[in-house]
Amino acid sequence: MTLIRKPLSRRSVLRAGAAGGALLATPTLLTSRAWAQGYLNEPTGSTVTLGFNVPQTGPYADEGADELRAYELAVEHLNGEGDGGMLGTFSSKALKGNGILGKKVEYVTGDTQTKSDAARASAKSMIEKDGAIMITGGSSSGVAVAVQALCQEAGVIFMAGLTHSNDTTGKDKRANGFRHFFNSYMSGAALAPVLKNAYGADRKAYHLTADYNWGYTTEQAVRESTEALGWDTVETVKTPLAATDFSAYITPVLQSDADVLVLNHYGGNMVNSLTNAVQFGLRDKVVNGKNFEIIVPLYSRLMAKGAGANVKGIFGSTNWHWSLQDEGSKAFVRSFGQKYGFPPSQAAHTCYVQALLYADACERAGTFNPCGVVEALEGFEFDGLGNGPTLYRAEDHQCFKDVLVVKGKENPSSEFDLLEIVEVTPVEQVTYAPDHPQFAGGALGSCNSGA
Amino acid sequence: MFGLDKKDTSLFFLVVVLVALAPFLLNPFPENSELAQFNAGYPDLMQRFLIFGIFAIGFNILFGLTGYLSFGHAAFLGVGSYAGVWMMKLLTMNVIPAIFMSVVFAGLFSLLVGYISLRRSGIYFSILTLAFAQMSFSLAYSVLTPITAGETGLQLALDDPRIIGVSAVDGSIPAANLFGLPMRESFELAMGGWLFTFNAGYYLCAVVMLAAFYVAIRIFRSPFGMMLRAVKSNQQRMNFTGVNSKPYTLAAFVISGMYAGLAGGLMVAMDPLAGAERMQWTASGEVVLMTILGGAGTLIGPVLGAGFIKYFENIFSKINDNVLYEWFSALPDGLADVLVFVIHPFIGKGWHLTLGIMFMLIVIFLPGGIMEGIERLGRLFSRKKKSETPSRAAPAPAE
Amino acid sequence: MDAILLQILNGLDKGSAYALIALGLTLIFGTLGVVNFAHGALFMIGAFCAVTLSRILTLSFTTIDPERTDFLGNPLKVETPYVESWFGPEIGTAIIDWSVPLAILFSIPIMAMVGLVMERGLIKYFYKRPHADQILVTFGLAIVLQEIIKYFFGANPIPTPAPPAFSGSFDFGALIGFDPNLIIYPYWRIVYFLFAGVIIGAVFAFLQFTTFGMVVRAGMADRQTVGLLGIDIDKRFTVMFAIAAIVAGLAGVMYAPINSPNYHMGMDFLVLSFVVVVVGGMGSLPGAVLAGFLLGILESFASMAQVVALLPGINQIIIYLVAIIILLTRPRGLMGRKGVMEN
Repeated sequence: MTLIRKPLSRRSVLRAGAAGGALLATPTLLTSRAWAQGYLNEPTGSTVTLGFNVPQTGPYADEGADELRAYELAVEHLNGEGDGGMLGTFSSKALKGNGILGKKVEYVTGDTQTKSDAARASAKSMIEKDGAIMITGGSSSGVAVAVQALCQEAGVIFMAGLTHSNDTTGKDKRANGFRHFFNSYMSGAALAPVLKNAYGADRKAYHLTADYNWGYTTEQAVRESTEALGWDTVETVKTPLAATDFSAYITPVLQSDADVLVLNHYGGNMVNSLTNAVQFGLRDKVVNGKNFEIIVPLYSRLMAKGAGANVKGIFGSTNWHWSLQDEGSKAFVRSFGQKYGFPPSQAAHTCYVQALLYADACERAGTFNPCGVVEALEGFEFDGLGNGPTLYRAEDHQCFKDVLVVKGKENPSSEFDLLEIVEVTPVEQVTYAPDHPQFAGGALGSCNSGA
Repeated sequence: MFGLDKKDTSLFFLVVVLVALAPFLLNPFPENSELAQFNAGYPDLMQRFLIFGIFAIGFNILFGLTGYLSFGHAAFLGVGSYAGVWMMKLLTMNVIPAIFMSVVFAGLFSLLVGYISLRRSGIYFSILTLAFAQMSFSLAYSVLTPITAGETGLQLALDDPRIIGVSAVDGSIPAANLFGLPMRESFELAMGGWLFTFNAGYYLCAVVMLAAFYVAIRIFRSPFGMMLRAVKSNQQRMNFTGVNSKPYTLAAFVISGMYAGLAGGLMVAMDPLAGAERMQWTASGEVVLMTILGGAGTLIGPVLGAGFIKYFENIFSKINDNVLYEWFSALPDGLADVLVFVIHPFIGKGWHLTLGIMFMLIVIFLPGGIMEGIERLGRLFSRKKKSETPSRAAPAPAE
Repeated sequence: MDAILLQILNGLDKGSAYALIALGLTLIFGTLGVVNFAHGALFMIGAFCAVTLSRILTLSFTTIDPERTDFLGNPLKVETPYVESWFGPEIGTAIIDWSVPLAILFSIPIMAMVGLVMERGLIKYFYKRPHADQILVTFGLAIVLQEIIKYFFGANPIPTPAPPAFSGSFDFGALIGFDPNLIIYPYWRIVYFLFAGVIIGAVFAFLQFTTFGMVVRAGMADRQTVGLLGIDIDKRFTVMFAIAAIVAGLAGVMYAPINSPNYHMGMDFLVLSFVVVVVGGMGSLPGAVLAGFLLGILESFASMAQVVALLPGINQIIIYLVAIIILLTRPRGLMGRKGVMEN
């Protein structure tokens, strides 16, 4: 039996007290209220526990595995092991590589299964059983919104992983939840001008949209920003999440007079719909005297790999890409690549950054108290984490930073080299007012420390 | 006692004691030991054991007694959950109306589905229920998003009306409560190296589950239960003797649907969110697995099956390589590496694999499920029963 | 008109996959009386036979190219497939490109082995057990099989393109007298449809015109009597199980270029194919094929924007809705026999 096993700090101090107080059992009775001199899961020992809640089974398991690798790397760097990664390039110098507030960082992992119920169950077990002070991770907006609400209720911080729906920091925003990843609106705002330059202002777009929340917000965002630049939207069709063969949705596109197809799909949906669209010869088609084009608003390198050669020349947007040449990105790619042998995905990047940002906020606040952390993160401006100067906006807990417009590479030099950066859209162009109609409704509420 | 015979009374009391002491029994390992990873005594999982236990007990009333294999019971649980969350959004955070309306809505929906599906039997019935459940799931996830919130799951918001209660307390959504007692409220008891958690929500679930279990025993032993068994053994003969079996099977279907709704209502009472995935066919399949794994047709088997599956889902999925290395930290590095390499595929992201293997082993070697295993163990220890004709724990469920 | 014709083509295509899986399921159910929930997994394994073969063909040796660098700035390691170095780049690339059609040959022995091992090693102990037990054990097996695939191939879809000769599309409409450029259809999907037709035809011909098939059909109708005639029906049924596995596997191999294979594609098809089998009528082979095509075509029609605009969400539920309507009007599905799986 070793004592290093679990850093259940709140529990460990309790057991130290109880075990020391009497040899066998002087029962100590506590209520959650009685414990409330501090806050939920206050770390009082020499360690602090973070909860990494990522999809380990189901269709996004590979993305989840990459997130977990990034978290493990972040924990190493926070604890002063390895080469320090982005700690060296981060504009805030509060982190010293001695854990967080001098406490060694430990972690527990769980499986979201990409289902809101399972994700909440696993987050709850980390909070209740393992004493996690912060939950982070996830690879879909449904899970992010569900776990964010849970963390608000329980009184711990939630640092969202990959979640792109407007609602995460729109109508479903919560005071205890923070998102570094970009969102549907930003994708639309960044893509539209590039598309106009590449394909002209006189285009007719046909949207195929995954029939769930994220699909709706992405379709709306892309439609509104392209229409603002003169495009027409001919038709928008919703496709079932469970669809694997999209032929029945692609063939009507052939017969419409549309000359652009927008695939508001992610994951397996995106791989299949794009593959089908290319098979049906859409890219060889000429409509209204123009070449037919396909657009995938949200790109992910892992998914691009699944679509193989079909992604070549297709525009999309992404939060981050390993080929970026700023110091932060280079440092991160170097330490991730040296440890695992391949470059990190955008999911890995956002998760790594979220872990660092949380740790840094604790250092600057001088406490793990969620309310202190919220205060430290709100309005925080930083740089050196791969996306250029970035602001964590206080009104909705969304990060504002440059957005990458990318294109499937024509001649990839390796299996990781699938996307090339077309343009780095400056942050001003993707910034919106907190009460923008696409984000209307919902309120942050006040922070909850679980006390 | 309570209208139960002696055997049932002792079974009931055994369950009462087990449920009441679960916070102790499920935390057998001291907090700081390596084995604490296997402790299941935290509120969320204990609540889940009971809630899925209720779900499985209800399912067993239909499947275990009549032999009708429904593949769509998760839909009733889902409908119940949605009704429950809507009560919390519109009326009050007190859980009683939420649970009550969950049962009512699930009952109505199961009446509709049952009335149509019970026109067929055997696998045709199974496919009909499956079709209804899959339709409910697909629509809830997509077109019905305004009512169900689709992908993100229906949850509470600060600006919900909550006519009887309050919309918000200091900028937070009020907690689900039972006449002021928050469901999250817990007492913690530290004894030596152990830490036990007693959670208000868990004990509410416990009371409801014991009531549900009691009702199930009464149904099993009643003339109505006999009638249902008759449906299973030979429906044709029943019809020839002039008994119309349909009202009985429909009643059983609705009752088990209401049990599912009750489980759904309790779920939102413990954690106010209703996700569409609750209605997917895999969720329906899960309750079938729980019931058969535990022992279909037995009283307590389905509860054990529910506990078994939920334990795997929540405990095994959380073991990662890091934990493994800590377990084996005393061993030489090379040996630890080998052990981790061997165990690695079965834990963490591989928990599905372990679960699949366990299914197969149990079905192959224990046709009557976990209950048969317990019975065999019991027979091993008490030799005097050996002479009795061994009765199969689970009467073969009809196809 | 052309829109409808296109959706019929789509439906035939989707229907081919449904029909092939349902055919195999019905073979197993009709002969062995076993409800096989692992059938979707067999389809998935078939698709991964194609993936495996292309992996084998692209087995490579590594040379270091000091001129170029990888993402970390180290010299780039260049992988050259053995096939290319043996046969020269041209022929080598061609062999790799043709890996999916080659996988048909590759998959037949593998699927037959998988089928035999499954039947002899597991399923045969479940003939006398209740259907619920069969469902449970085959479901467990399906999970185990798909987790094994996931362990080796990961969770992401793996692109498995058709040979270049078939990867484009052609003007099907112009071929049959419509205006050009209205009805364009990919070659590979036509190939898939024809292939499915050949397989279905071959299975029926085998059952209809060979002695072996005759015995099996007799066994399906009345197992006991055939047994009393001194025929070892069990051995023949084992062979039928292997054939059903091969049919599912081939359906999977040929499907790989249409949708990139992933480890859970079997589960995605499982529920649908059960609905197909039941709508067709348990135990009826023509029923399974008919229902497969029928549901495929209806699903395609329901996805048309005009239809969805009229009935929102109909594309999500059409298959289930049709299943309910058919089962309520025809108690045993389209072509089911009385007394099969009814009590």
